[in-house]
Amino acid sequence: MATEKAVAGEFAAMGARRLLVLGGIGLIVAGMIFGDLFAIFVLHQNAARVGGALAGAAEAALAGDAGAVLREFGAVGGFLENRGTKVDTHVHMIGFGYLALMLAVMQPWIAICEMTKKRLAVVFLAGAVTLPVGVFLIHYVGMAYSPLAAIGWASIFADAGGLLVILAAAGSLWGLWKHFADATRGAVEDSLLAARDGAGRVLMAGGVALILMGFAHGAWYAAVDLYRHEAADSTILTGMAAGAAARDGGAVERALGEYGQLQGEKAVNIAAHAHSIEFGLLAILVAFFQPYVRLRDAWRRRWAWVLLAGSVMLPVCVLLELRFGLLAGGLADTGGLLVIVALMAMWVGILRYTGELDAAAGGGR
Amino acid sequence: MKARKILVVGGLALLIWGMGYGFWYAVFAEHQALEGMGVSLATGFAAAAQRDAAGMRAAMERYKETKYVYDRQVDIHGHWIGLAMVLMILGMAMERVGYSERVKTILAAGMLAGAVVFPLGVYLQTVDHGAGPRVVAGVAAGLVIAAMGGMAAGMLKERAE
Repeated sequence: MATEKAVAGEFAAMGARRLLVLGGIGLIVAGMIFGDLFAIFVLHQNAARVGGALAGAAEAALAGDAGAVLREFGAVGGFLENRGTKVDTHVHMIGFGYLALMLAVMQPWIAICEMTKKRLAVVFLAGAVTLPVGVFLIHYVGMAYSPLAAIGWASIFADAGGLLVILAAAGSLWGLWKHFADATRGAVEDSLLAARDGAGRVLMAGGVALILMGFAHGAWYAAVDLYRHEAADSTILTGMAAGAAARDGGAVERALGEYGQLQGEKAVNIAAHAHSIEFGLLAILVAFFQPYVRLRDAWRRRWAWVLLAGSVMLPVCVLLELRFGLLAGGLADTGGLLVIVALMAMWVGILRYTGELDAAAGGGR
Repeated sequence: MKARKILVVGGLALLIWGMGYGFWYAVFAEHQALEGMGVSLATGFAAAAQRDAAGMRAAMERYKETKYVYDRQVDIHGHWIGLAMVLMILGMAMERVGYSERVKTILAAGMLAGAVVFPLGVYLQTVDHGAGPRVVAGVAAGLVIAAMGGMAAGMLKERAE
């Protein structure tokens, strides 16, 4: 009962921790759904368009048509901007969600008043929404009515969002520093860090294993393939252009095939590395919040396993995409979906808990 | 707890530094880099269309150099922030690492040092293309992995006890 009261006190209605937990999981779920939709409906189609425009540019160079080359590269630039801004939206939304959850865990160590903490949480969440939305709109707004030569309004809003997040993080750092610099402040007792139930243990162990797996894969990729891939990128493109200059259609065709294969190899390795570490971080973060998930123990454990299963499935299947194509791609998307469903279930559990707390507080009045 | 202080304060400071770097990069460097790569590629292929081999090679060389720097700048931003988040989260989980405070502090300091120096080594590669910065980045990445492995082993030890 005492623990229940302590947990409830740390999770007060409209408090900084509650805002950050609900906002953070919301951002992660939204970013993941966006990423899954992007992977299914945009990613491969966009890659095909980029490949097509690059092939068009190479063929135009082969035919000696410099004007067509420039037109094709203009199209490539547009396709790449479309892809890049969507990847950035996905990455930043999820990254800010993680950061919100981390700041939520850290609240007891941030030695500033509750009202300032709440303001910092609101500023953080405002920036965390503004940046990805701004980045998403860059491709569509372009330079319309922009006062600057190289940066449009959507970029300006995105940068302003980033600045808000930096300010909120700096405010939190100041509070942390005050806590650790003040020798009179005793050790912080926080029920979230003390709680160690079955689901939390599974998520914590799985998360650490996923991060180590991602680190190991990144180190292996950097040691074996990274520099080779980097050198091959410009060598193949130079070979393509040289083939076109020499009117050697066979060389251009070969180079186009090699370039597509190379981009695929790079993309799957980077995606597997990043997703493994990010899902590891997510598993550890949600492990901390299991005391707030108002579901039966058996269901909490089931959702923990579902989240871990999806977290392993996505990076492994992404790596297998080069060998097994769409089958592995489909399984990777399913892995992402499992993570989303598990996370939404936990989010619903936390919402149920906030409802119980608020109802109890209302009854008391 | 000194290890927690190192990881949480160091992690949040590194995070702000990484975000500040990303902000600077987005405002002052990214658009220019992307435009530079696009223009170099288009110029190279246009030169190929005009059968100008020397012009083509010069443009492709500019593309290679710009892309080399661009890829690293994106990696630096991503790795500083990603590693900062790992530091902060490990700081929160320090009670679950079953070592003495001294060992935990050594692991935390190793992790923080690796997390700062690894992207710095990648940054140095944009200034010096030699083996030195690659060795710095490689050693620092190894330090991060070793410290992370040590903490994972500490968590297993604590569970077993």
